[in-house]
Amino acid sequence: MRNLLLEVKNLKTYFYTDEGIARAVDGMDFLIYRGETLGMIGESGCGKSVSALSILRLIDSPPGRIVEGEILFEGEDLLKKSTSEIRKIRGNSISMIFQEPMTSLNPVYTIGNQIMESIIWHQNLNKEKAREKAIRILDLVGIPSPEKRIDEYPHQLSGGMRQRAMIAIALSCEPKLLIADEPTTALDVTIQAQILGLIKKIKEEIGMAVMMITHDLGVIAEVANDVVVAYSGKAVEYADVKTIFKHPKHPYTQALYDSIPRLTDTKKRRLEVISGIVPNPLDFPSGCRFHPRCKFAKSFCKEEEPQLEEVNSSHKVRCFIYNQEKSRHF
Amino acid sequence: MWTTFLKNKTALIGGVIALVILFVALLAPWLSPLDPLEQDSSLRLTWSSSKHWMGTDDFGRDVLSRIIWGSRISLIIGSASVLLGMTFGTLLGMIAGYYRGKVESLIMRTIDVFLCFPDLILAIAVTAALGANLLNLILTIGIVMIPRFARLSHGIVLTLKESEYVVAAQAIGASVPRILLRHIFPNIFGELLVAGTLWVGEAIRLEANLAFIGLGVQPPTPTWGNMTREGVDVLINAPWISILAGLSILITILSFNMLGDGIRDITDPKLRGA
Amino acid sequence: MFQYAVRRILQSIPILLVVLTLVFVVVRILPGDPAVAFLGDYASKESVQTLREKMGLNIPLWLQYFRFLGDLCKGNLGKSITGYPVASQVFKALPYTLELTLSAISIGYLLGIPLGISAAVRRNSLIDYFNRVFSLLGLSIPAFYLGILLMFLFSIKFKLFPVVGGGDLSSLTSNLRHLFLPALSLGLIMTAYVTRMTRSSLLNILREDYVRTARSKGITERVVLFKHALRNALIPIVALGGVYAIVLIGSSVMTEIVFSRPGLGSLMVGAIKQRDYTTLQSVMVIYSVIVVILNLLTDLVYGFIDPRIQYK
Repeated sequence: MRNLLLEVKNLKTYFYTDEGIARAVDGMDFLIYRGETLGMIGESGCGKSVSALSILRLIDSPPGRIVEGEILFEGEDLLKKSTSEIRKIRGNSISMIFQEPMTSLNPVYTIGNQIMESIIWHQNLNKEKAREKAIRILDLVGIPSPEKRIDEYPHQLSGGMRQRAMIAIALSCEPKLLIADEPTTALDVTIQAQILGLIKKIKEEIGMAVMMITHDLGVIAEVANDVVVAYSGKAVEYADVKTIFKHPKHPYTQALYDSIPRLTDTKKRRLEVISGIVPNPLDFPSGCRFHPRCKFAKSFCKEEEPQLEEVNSSHKVRCFIYNQEKSRHF
Repeated sequence: MWTTFLKNKTALIGGVIALVILFVALLAPWLSPLDPLEQDSSLRLTWSSSKHWMGTDDFGRDVLSRIIWGSRISLIIGSASVLLGMTFGTLLGMIAGYYRGKVESLIMRTIDVFLCFPDLILAIAVTAALGANLLNLILTIGIVMIPRFARLSHGIVLTLKESEYVVAAQAIGASVPRILLRHIFPNIFGELLVAGTLWVGEAIRLEANLAFIGLGVQPPTPTWGNMTREGVDVLINAPWISILAGLSILITILSFNMLGDGIRDITDPKLRGA
Repeated sequence: MFQYAVRRILQSIPILLVVLTLVFVVVRILPGDPAVAFLGDYASKESVQTLREKMGLNIPLWLQYFRFLGDLCKGNLGKSITGYPVASQVFKALPYTLELTLSAISIGYLLGIPLGISAAVRRNSLIDYFNRVFSLLGLSIPAFYLGILLMFLFSIKFKLFPVVGGGDLSSLTSNLRHLFLPALSLGLIMTAYVTRMTRSSLLNILREDYVRTARSKGITERVVLFKHALRNALIPIVALGGVYAIVLIGSSVMTEIVFSRPGLGSLMVGAIKQRDYTTLQSVMVIYSVIVVILNLLTDLVYGFIDPRIQYK
């Protein structure tokens, strides 16, 4: 029986710059269930990271601002909470890990110090107990000789180790939700597999939900239960992972799928490229934002924006092809 | 690029003031109301009057005229010395950065030793050796400026050298001077411009310092440093001399700092949109 | 850390040697015969030669160099034109300069760092704006001019402080009264440098990924600023501290002249005017030692703050 943990409704986060308003997130919707993994996929610049940062309200404002939407965590809207209330949630019930482990760790403090900081802050343990716990977590994330490494500095660790250390920090207070923003992009493939495996293992052990942001379909296939496809700051498709791969409905999802090589490919199959580039958040195309790159685009696609609609239970698409009225034109 | 410049208030104000001072310096003979050297012992240490808008000094000379003429010295020494330092310093730095190895060690270590000394102390020592007149002051301050340009260009060349287009040029067999001139130099240019502008201010400061100590262009030629020093002797009765002469130095240095800051804000890609 | 400190201290010795060599060379380049300067233009040729012998100027240059180093080690700085041993003059002047420089550096950091932090944290606000204007002025004003302005206002107009002199070092009140304005004028300039550096460094650091990580842990903005950001921001500030200190020492010469403070700067300028090369050489030697020590201290503090340095 699935238990809803986080619901994001119509999230809009804009950045007010000298050159105009960058609508980085402009209508993002998705659901995360307890103990399950949501994968968010899209090319760079689709608003994935900004969505994640919005959940924890880590958006730099100025120039950014969350202008609309609801983020319901265990039923309560995070956007309506005060700053001190949000701080109690950060690093505690919801944690985040980032893409670049080297720059995401403070170079002048030991990793032990950085892990213990969360523990002492949220759980009020004294230094000794915090240290013991930190060592246990380092062990949990697979860092050998944790009682020695706890006193080391980030620059003394390898890339994979640093990412593990970051995960250790994020896990230190047994969060209910872990947001992972492209955690393996900066690592090489073998380490990538290890890190993904680690996250999976911990997820099962403590019943943690995960939001895995990536641009790699392989990662989605590996870890996700549900998938939300992001394009131009909007969710364009949302379904469980099997459906996304077997029956992708949105032209963008299909195009993503077509552009990766598969084992079952014959020699003759050409890798499809999605023509054009990701639109600039300062200047989105009119109507459906994908229309300039879409094989199926019709004239009304340029004028009107499709809404996110349910195709069948728990499969939503934002495309006129599946719209009751307009589908006959395709 | 001009629109960005105009939008940047600091650069604009700095640039305008610097231009005004340049204008004054160039047209000194016509702008100056009176002869800066002409003494009038009946009118010593008087404050502002219709004939002497900024009053007179201890020799009865018109302060305003002397300040106008003083701008010439400051600007000439300031710009010429920076050009001198920039030319030789950049050359040294580029050679050191490009060739590496023993050449680099020799050049940069020597530069480091020179950088150990405060500019003023070096300048004082060299002035003592060369003497205090216009040409030698340009030389002195120019020499003092060499190390900073060398270090700047050395650092840039080091990073640029690894960049792909330089490696590509080497791969097709381009000669060293050609690489230096066509590939490396255009990229240093932006930073040199910023540094050069900022350091004109420093050169003017050095010149003023030396003049104040008495090691600048010698009296009776009016320099702002000279005037400030002469003014200190009569500070109690006639403070305006020191205050106005010193103010001229301050405004000039300020304008170059603002201009340099502004140019840096424009050319530094990291700061755009900050 | 200890190893690093020892290594750094040992490295200073060759650096000092090179710098001293430069001093030796520069002084030798100066035109004019020191013996003639000492005896005056009308001295007879014989007396000049005798003095040259005595001053050790007739031996080959490289021998002079070793004598120079040897004398330094013994603390023998020669005799000045006035006939007094240079060493005593230098050591009488030294405390005035040290006091001034150390006070100015302290004021610079004590005022500059908090101002820089407030400017960075309240970016583009009125506080930031005033800070930036103040810094710009501080960077542009010649040290002697600020000294003159302060002197005019506080010593002449308001008669709060003595106009000139260094005061009696043994009396604390006299000392402080004579120290205040010079230290303030230099200190304000140092503050301008430090404020600017702190602001820009902190702004850069606050953009770093690990600051975002710190915030994502739910700690307060205050802790993020003072624990995570500041220590990293201080690294370039300390590193540049050495450079600023060198600039400061240069400016201190001007301040000493303006306030007629009997420090090394006044001694040096006087020596040049009188062509007293022995004194000039010794003063430059002392300045060099101060600079090398300052650089060393800077590096040591730097190594203390940044754990990455020790492993290089």
